Amino acid sequence: MSQVFSFHGGIHPPENKKQSTRAPIGKAPLPKQLVLPMQQHIGGPADPLVKVGDSVLKGQLIAEPIGRISAAVHAPTSGKVVDIAHYPIPHASGLSGECVVIETDGEDRWIEHEGIADYKAIERAQLTEHIRASGISGMGGAGFPTDVKLHLGDNHIVNTLIINAAECEPYITADDMLMRERPHEIIGGIEIIAHLLRPSHILIGIEDNKTNAIHALEAAVKHCDLNIDIIVVPTKYPSGGERQLIKLLTDIEVPAGKIPADIGIVCQNVGTTSAVYRAVHKGEPLISRIVTVTGDAVRHPKNLEVLLGTPFSSLLEACDLRPEALSRLVMGGPMMGVTVDNDRIPVIKTTNCLIAATKQEMPPAPPAQACIRCGMCEQACPADLLPQQLYWFSKGREFDKAKHHNLFDCIECGACAYVCPSNIPLVQYYRFAKSEIRTEEREQQKADHARERFEARQARLDREAAEKEAKRKARAAEAAKAQEARKAAAAKPKEEAAATATAAPDIKQLKTAAAVARTKLKKAQKAFDEAAAGNSEGLAELEQALNEARLKAEEAEKALSAGSPAPAEGGDAELKQLKVAAAVARTKLKKAQDALKNAEDKGLEGIDKLRATVEALEQKADEAQKAFDAAQPADAAAKQESAPKETPAKAEPAAEPALDAKALKQQVSIMRTKLKKAETALEAAESDEERSSLQADVDDLKKRFDEATEAFNKVEKAKMDAAAQAGIDLKQLRIDAAMAKAAITKGERALKKAEADDERAQIEQELVAAQAKSDELHKTLSQYD
Amino acid sequence: MALIHLSSPHVSKANSTANVMRLVLLATLPGILAMTVFFGWGTLIQIVLASVLALAFEAAVLKLRKRPVGFFLSDGSALVTAVLLAVAIPPFSAWWVTATGIFFAIVISKQLYGGLGNNPFNPAMVAYALLLVSFPVEMTRWTAPITQNGEGWHVAGFLDTLQVIFGSVEQQWYDSFTGATPLDVLKHRAGLTTEELWRQSDVLMNGVAAWYAISAAWFMGGIFLLSRKIFTWHAPLSMLVALFLMASMFYGFDPDNYVSPIVHLGVGATMLGAFFIVTDPVSSATSNRGKIIYGALIGVMIYIIRTWGNYPDAVAFSVLLMNLCAPFIDQYTQPRTYGHKKANRGTKGKNQ
Repeated sequence: MSQVFSFHGGIHPPENKKQSTRAPIGKAPLPKQLVLPMQQHIGGPADPLVKVGDSVLKGQLIAEPIGRISAAVHAPTSGKVVDIAHYPIPHASGLSGECVVIETDGEDRWIEHEGIADYKAIERAQLTEHIRASGISGMGGAGFPTDVKLHLGDNHIVNTLIINAAECEPYITADDMLMRERPHEIIGGIEIIAHLLRPSHILIGIEDNKTNAIHALEAAVKHCDLNIDIIVVPTKYPSGGERQLIKLLTDIEVPAGKIPADIGIVCQNVGTTSAVYRAVHKGEPLISRIVTVTGDAVRHPKNLEVLLGTPFSSLLEACDLRPEALSRLVMGGPMMGVTVDNDRIPVIKTTNCLIAATKQEMPPAPPAQACIRCGMCEQACPADLLPQQLYWFSKGREFDKAKHHNLFDCIECGACAYVCPSNIPLVQYYRFAKSEIRTEEREQQKADHARERFEARQARLDREAAEKEAKRKARAAEAAKAQEARKAAAAKPKEEAAATATAAPDIKQLKTAAAVARTKLKKAQKAFDEAAAGNSEGLAELEQALNEARLKAEEAEKALSAGSPAPAEGGDAELKQLKVAAAVARTKLKKAQDALKNAEDKGLEGIDKLRATVEALEQKADEAQKAFDAAQPADAAAKQESAPKETPAKAEPAAEPALDAKALKQQVSIMRTKLKKAETALEAAESDEERSSLQADVDDLKKRFDEATEAFNKVEKAKMDAAAQAGIDLKQLRIDAAMAKAAITKGERALKKAEADDERAQIEQELVAAQAKSDELHKTLSQYD
Repeated sequence: MALIHLSSPHVSKANSTANVMRLVLLATLPGILAMTVFFGWGTLIQIVLASVLALAFEAAVLKLRKRPVGFFLSDGSALVTAVLLAVAIPPFSAWWVTATGIFFAIVISKQLYGGLGNNPFNPAMVAYALLLVSFPVEMTRWTAPITQNGEGWHVAGFLDTLQVIFGSVEQQWYDSFTGATPLDVLKHRAGLTTEELWRQSDVLMNGVAAWYAISAAWFMGGIFLLSRKIFTWHAPLSMLVALFLMASMFYGFDPDNYVSPIVHLGVGATMLGAFFIVTDPVSSATSNRGKIIYGALIGVMIYIIRTWGNYPDAVAFSVLLMNLCAPFIDQYTQPRTYGHKKANRGTKGKNQ
């Protein structure tokens, strides 16, 4: 015999089991309707296979499991599906869930079914599949799909199989009666499970208050080849808790956050073993179970074999309910059961007990008094927690501390609340704290997600910006190349003209092609998006089409951009520009000459400078004229005749005393200094005479200063005008020049870094182009500055 | 059908805080009886006076705090505080001494902290310490036990006692009925060895038996509560063992200058403290391991203050000091939870 160990805490509530064990297991009457929830187990709900109006036979599969952790649902009797909709289900939340409603026909006709003749002869996986197909889930309370526990995979080696027959909760006797009346089914089920798991020990844990059941099991075990130990444990709640029973029988604690299978232990409820037996040997899926109907509000408490889906009202009726006495209807035991607020709720796979309690039996809890930290809860806690501390932390919303005190190891058995002299609803406080912590963690997760998403987006934007920048640079380089080409064209106008004629493609056509391609791309994108949203098939094809369209559009776009700049910046434009430049230079020269003359007349200072300016301008004008003459193609002779006339005519109104801007600026500043000096002297002057003479000087200087300023302003304005006339935005020009410079610097840097010769050559080429562009720009700029 | 919708558990043990308090009061009866036998009516009068005042103060403060008076009065905690303070002060204390003490216990150290369950210090001990510091003369003038008063087992009459408490009597009357406690005598030994003291002192020769009897009575009450699982053995046992070990160590080392461990356990408030003060759940450490540490530290403190401190007895001060430490002890004495390799310690974030 094995030794019995112990677990900390535990309580001894009144058992209230005798009432329901007097009569043998009865058969519940067949109700008119069966309501079968699709979720009677832990995991994903089953998916209905039947439609409203379908006829079903007893044992027919009506809903299949979705996912690994799920269980099938079968029709408990023959009849017709009359509804598939949401109905109230037995759940702590009181919510409703999807149910299949079967109207029974009273014939109870079985679908063809057959057990497995020799389960040891078939593959174990096949046997597990058979159990899965029978819709068996844990019948002790949690309802975990049984096949999952029987097919653990290679990483779990099971050495101990524990059959939970403790049934520690008060009132419940369903397992007790099952063991008394059908011990061979239980042992048969154990044999099948043992065949699947191949454990080295098989232990049946049973509380010492079930003498008859112990005898029945012991008798049945004698006929079994397996080495099964029936271990009688002292009656103490919650010895039937999985972890507590494991501790009782093996002295091993299941590590926190792990499952028993991780330490080589699998627990199965006796009811489950019986269901496995029926499924394998008789081919009967799980369509009924034994339910204890008890409580002071029923006259004849007893155990009933009940079809799943039977409404509670039908069971209560069968046990002779006193409706006026009923105050609380509990599904499950008094310690961990769930109250239901109406009696139309159906029996499901985990319904082991139904307590129709009177008000005297389960009185409403008296108002909670202050916690005096008496520690009775601590002595009762089967998980070695400090319930009083958890209570303070939960109440004070100190969830971190509650977590640190292992709140999540609480199994909500209710032992602490049971013993609390101050009647504090401790378990409710823990549930509250747990849900708050879970919510907090979810929020935290959400926030983390949001942060990650934001960061990803930021990275994408940065990447896109970088790509854009690279593209822009590429374009700039291309433009520089074009400029180069233009320069060459300017040098050889004839060739250029010919080239323009042949090279220029039909831009209009290209534009149309690009637009068409764009439209196509858009359409393809839209179709793809719709398809993606609809999750329809053929997504891959669409994607391909989309990519093709995109490619086409890009090609069209490229062709357009390659075609358009050439004609736009052809020789004609260049010629015009040169012409304008020459005209401007001439105008400037004339202005400077006028200014010089004026200055000479007045005998102003800075004449030398002005003179130099004029000379420089003369030179420039000549250069410009020369350049223009050189560029002027023969076939543009007609244009040439009219253009020079036009340009000066336009420029003339602005042609006021023109001076070189720089010189004028200098002059203005000199004047300003002089004027300031004179003013200071004037202030410092003492005698009247001195003052009056100085005053005259100051006035004179002031006048001259004003004149100089005016001249400068005019020149400046003229410059701007001239530039505007030339169709050049000075500002833009300056920016372009700066950018070109930057591009050169970058290119140089890249050149230094570049290793491969190919690369270097390419960069060098680009650099030369950039340099050329930069020079060009500076030159243009210098014309106006 | 309208049924109650509640979450589990649906049953609870028929128990209440009032029931716990009633059991504690019941357990004080042997001690009260012994004190009445040996010291006369004073103890009983003090208990009645203290109880009435405690209920009155509690009701008044609850009213001011706008709490349901009847609901909270019925938990009986005020009565327990009143009885514990009443048996701790000298039986002939003037009424205003008791009143001051009760006021401080109920109003200041309990209700102002939020009432039952929220007080960090044991209310009776806070009041006792306050009285001892504020009225040293009154608080150290203990009644001489009946065994000491010469022939005829002479004890102060009921009316005399009433008059002592509510009025005033001549000094001579006082002198004939009061005297130093054994711990007092042992404290102020005037250069005598312990053995010489025992031979000389009337209190030690004749009076100490009364103290032993009273301690035995408290011990009985404590065992009763232990058997009813009102508290666990951890705190009282560890306190007594710690005190005994400390006393044994020094007594074994130098019996002339130190007092025997039996005397330490048998006189003064040792037994009352071990079973009725140290076990106060509200202000003590929480876990079983914590209670052992808490009790042991109190035992050690009692010995230290009794032997080298200024006061002859030390239960109140030791308990108050350890009340201060209880939250700290709690942090480091969490039990190892099922399925965990080791217990969590300290505050959140460490040793997780």
